[in-house]
Amino acid sequence: MQSVASQTLIDIHKLNLYYGQFHALKDVTMDIPEKAITAFIGPSGCGKSTLLRTLNRMNDMIPGTRIEGKVAIGGADIYSKEVDVETLRKKVGMVFQQPNPFPKSIYDNIAYGPRLHGIRGKQKLDEIVETSLRSAALWDEVKDYLKRSALSFSGGQQQRLCIARAIAVNPDILLMDEATSALDPISTLKIEELAQELKDKYTIVMVTHNMHQAARVSNQTVFFLNGEVVEFAETEKLFSNPRDQRTEDYISGRFG
Amino acid sequence: MEQPAVMNKKRVQTGSTTRAFAKPHVIEEWVGKVYTALCILVLVITIGAIVYFVSSRGLATFFVDGVSLGGLLGGLKWEPEGDIPLYGALPFIFGSFSTSVLAALMAAPLGMCAAVFMTQIMPGFGKKVLQPVIELLAGIPSVVFGFVGLSVVVPVLRAIFPGQGIGIAAGSIVLSLMILPTITTIATDALAALPRGLKEGSFALGATRWQTIYRIVLPTTLPSLLTGVVLGMSRAFGEALAVQMVIGNSPHIPHSLFESASTLTSAITLDMGNTVMGSTHNNALWSLALILLSMTFVFVFVVRFLERRNKR
Repeated sequence: MQSVASQTLIDIHKLNLYYGQFHALKDVTMDIPEKAITAFIGPSGCGKSTLLRTLNRMNDMIPGTRIEGKVAIGGADIYSKEVDVETLRKKVGMVFQQPNPFPKSIYDNIAYGPRLHGIRGKQKLDEIVETSLRSAALWDEVKDYLKRSALSFSGGQQQRLCIARAIAVNPDILLMDEATSALDPISTLKIEELAQELKDKYTIVMVTHNMHQAARVSNQTVFFLNGEVVEFAETEKLFSNPRDQRTEDYISGRFG
Repeated sequence: MEQPAVMNKKRVQTGSTTRAFAKPHVIEEWVGKVYTALCILVLVITIGAIVYFVSSRGLATFFVDGVSLGGLLGGLKWEPEGDIPLYGALPFIFGSFSTSVLAALMAAPLGMCAAVFMTQIMPGFGKKVLQPVIELLAGIPSVVFGFVGLSVVVPVLRAIFPGQGIGIAAGSIVLSLMILPTITTIATDALAALPRGLKEGSFALGATRWQTIYRIVLPTTLPSLLTGVVLGMSRAFGEALAVQMVIGNSPHIPHSLFESASTLTSAITLDMGNTVMGSTHNNALWSLALILLSMTFVFVFVVRFLERRNKR
C-alpha cells in the first residue's frame, strides 16, 4: 500500500490478529498520514473496528486476542514490552459508537483525564475544560451548565462531550469508532464538521458504516473485506475510480 | 365460542372473516388473570394480617396495660416478673442496632471488595467458581452459623480479650458472615450490570484498572452497593437464632463488646414460651416485635430510596 499524503504517523506492517481461532486481521499493511482524516469502511465484521482498537491497544482487554506483526506510532512499536499502555492511550484518544459520558458533571467529565494524569490546580483545569469544550464546539451550549450532569444532555451533545474529553488529555491521534452511528443527521453533521476542524491539530482515524460519510469527511479511505485491506487510496480516487472490482461493488451498493 | 363485543365492526363482514379474527384464548386469559390476582391477594392478606396482629398486640401494652411508650423505648431495666414489673427495652434495641451495624461495617468492605475482584479483576474465575461458593454460603442454615460461632468465634475472643467471649462482638462477627453473601451478591450484580462503555471510556483516557475502579466503577454503582448493605443490615436485624447462641442474652446494655448482651429477637424467642397470651409480659414482647417490624419497614424505604436515586 502506498502512502497517500504527507508524513506517515502510524505505520502498520504485516499485522495479523486472532480472536482465539478466528483470524480477524490478515496481513494488514498501511501507512496512515498525520494531520488528516483516514476512514475505514467495509461491511460488518470485516475487521475495521478491530484494527482501530489495535491502535490504542483496547483489544488487550479481550481475552484470547493474539497479535503478530508491527504497529508503530511515530516510529515506536506500540506492542513492544517497554510500552506503557496508559501513556499510549493518553496519546491515542478514542470516541466510541455509543456516547459514553461518565455519570458526573460536564466539568468532571472533561477534567477526568487531566486529573488521572496528575493535573490538580483549579485554574489549570478550568482552562483545559474551556479549551477542550471550545475545540469540540460545545462551549457556547454548555458554558452555563458545567456543573450539570452530563447525562442530562442530548446524544449529539454527549458525543461532542466525549470528543472534548478525549481532547482534554492532549492526544496526537483521535480514533472515532462509528462515532455518529447512534446520532441523528443534524448531530452527525456537527460531528463531521468538527472532525474537519480537528484534523488540523490531530490525526483522525474513523471507522464508519456510512460510505457517504467517508466520502464527505475523509482524506484517505481504506476498504476492508474479511479482515483484509482491499484498497487504500485517496478518498476521491477510491470513490470515483476504484482499482479493485470488490471496492466498486461495495461502494455502488452491490453488497454489504 | 361467542364473538366478543369488541369484534362488532368485523361482524358486518362475512362470517368467515369474523371467525378469522375470533378470540379463542379468552378463557385462558381469564384463568391466568384470576389465578395471579388470587396469589397476590393471599400475599396482601397475609402481610396485612401480620401487621394488624403485631400492632394490635404490641400497642395493647401501651393502651390496655398502661406501660408508657417512653418507658419501653427508653427504659434500662427489663424485669417483667419483678414485684414492680419493668419493661425497659432499650438494652434489646441497643443490642439489635449495635450488632447489625457492626456486622454491616465488617461485611460491607469485604463483600464489596470480593465483588470487585469477581467482576473486575478475575471475571472468568469469579463467575465460575467464586460466585457459586458465595451463594452456597447464603444457603447455610443460621443454626450452623451460630454453632460455628459458639465453637470457634467465642473461644477465640475469650482467649484474646477479657471476659467470656460471648457478647456483641461475637454476635456481630457471626452476623457479618451471614450477611456477607447478601452484600456480595448484590454488589456483584450491580458491578456486572455497569455498562461496558463507561469502563472503556475510562481506559481509553489512559486510566489504569484501579483508577477506573475507584473513580468510575465504585461511584457509579454506589447506590446499588448501599442497597446491598442495607438489605444485609435488615437481615442481621431480624436474625434471631445465630445471635442468640453467642450473645449471652442478659438484658443489660453491656460496658464492652465482650460482655453478655441481648437483642430484640433473642428476647422474643427466649421469653415467648414462658408467658401467657394476653398478659402484660406477653404484650410487651409483641411490642418488641412491633419495633422489629417498623425497623424492617424503615429498611425497605431506605432501599427504595436508594434504588430510585440509582435510576435517576
